[in-house]
Amino acid sequence: MMKQLVARLLGPLTLLLLALTFWLGLWVTPPDRVQGNLVRLVYVHPAIAWVALYVSFGTATIASVLYLWGRTRSLTVDRVAACAMEVSTVFIVLTLITGSIWGRPTWGVWWAWDARLTSTAILGVFALAYLALRRAIDDVETRARRSAVFAIIAAINVPIIHFSVVWWKTLHQGATVFTSNRTLLIHGVQAWTLLVSFVAFTLLFAWLLRARYRLQALREARGARTLVEALEQRRREGARP
Amino acid sequence: MIRIALLVAGKDLRIEGRSRVLLWQVVPFGAMALLLAGLALGPTQAGHSRAAPGLFYLVMLFVTLLMVARSRAIESRPGTRASIDTLGLDPAGIFLGKTLALAVELWVTGALLLAGTVVVLHTSLHGTLVGAPNVVVTLGALAAAGVLHGALSGSNEGAATLLPMLSLPAFSPLLIAGERAYSAVLHGGALWEWWTISLVAMAAYLGLGILLYGVLEES
Repeated sequence: MMKQLVARLLGPLTLLLLALTFWLGLWVTPPDRVQGNLVRLVYVHPAIAWVALYVSFGTATIASVLYLWGRTRSLTVDRVAACAMEVSTVFIVLTLITGSIWGRPTWGVWWAWDARLTSTAILGVFALAYLALRRAIDDVETRARRSAVFAIIAAINVPIIHFSVVWWKTLHQGATVFTSNRTLLIHGVQAWTLLVSFVAFTLLFAWLLRARYRLQALREARGARTLVEALEQRRREGARP
Repeated sequence: MIRIALLVAGKDLRIEGRSRVLLWQVVPFGAMALLLAGLALGPTQAGHSRAAPGLFYLVMLFVTLLMVARSRAIESRPGTRASIDTLGLDPAGIFLGKTLALAVELWVTGALLLAGTVVVLHTSLHGTLVGAPNVVVTLGALAAAGVLHGALSGSNEGAATLLPMLSLPAFSPLLIAGERAYSAVLHGGALWEWWTISLVAMAAYLGLGILLYGVLEES
């Protein structure tokens, strides 16, 4: 009952929080003294990157580890991993697009050979390769096993992206919300808008993941039903005198 | 595990030694690719270009793909898989052995192509010799990553196109680290941070391969 209620409320709540993010980000928060209206991208880009790198890629990696660990090996966790990686791919592309929109007026170029940007693009190629790997293998068990291993290998890139602004001299700025000694750098309505955007995009991920998972489960069930029906038909044909 | 690794490496290197594919196909391909890179830069740029380290590693990356694809093709011959399964060899040993064999092949090709960069792209001989230890480590890491991704791509008909797609993102940090380190010894700049990346990548791929190669080869 509770589960159904949460599932039913997830979509409307996500849309409401996204609308609130856009209202706060576009009309309520003030423009920046240096960057002007360009600062409004900060209410979208970091939240999308958070979902792309940590929430969705993290979900795919954890599900992959759970698949490889004998006790929790099931096709359900494999399906979760695959669906989370699909959502992650979309969010990685959005991260690069929104970052590029910010980069053109700020840095003067759409793309810079910066450690943060390059490592994020590499993660995007990893995610696309994961999807290509899944499409190339027909056997369900082999596909699940190989894609789980590949997801774990690809996850090595996530800490590299996270620490890239610390390890190398980059154009991309370092920690924006918190400094290294956990001091908050954003205050008031700007901080609240940022928080709402993080919650909204995290819920959007949960909503998309749930919808994609259900679609995949229905597709697999239909595939199995079609196979049973085809076998039944062949049996009937064989039984005919 | 080490004994099995040496056995597998010996077997792979013997196959390579008898077939001479490395000598007659892979090295000429690498040399041709290096020459084509020089042609792409143009006669005025190729002789004194700072792009030489990057071109060298790009060619080595293609050579690695060729060698991994060939190694998988040998493994997928009828009966080979079944004989390995029957012997009950430790998968970690098989991974290490195949990595060692591929690394030796890459080191040989790398040495010849480095000589080629000195002649064709006019890199300094002294700088190339000083940079050689880093090339050894980076190509070792490429070998470990290549064997792991070769197992991931499998040996079915789609493997030929799947292998580059899977391995290129994994190879790219090695390409960057190798190129930066080689550039640093030739033209100056930070060296040790790129050394660290090559070493950490090699340790990570060896660790992952030892842990996960068995899972990939499960029938």
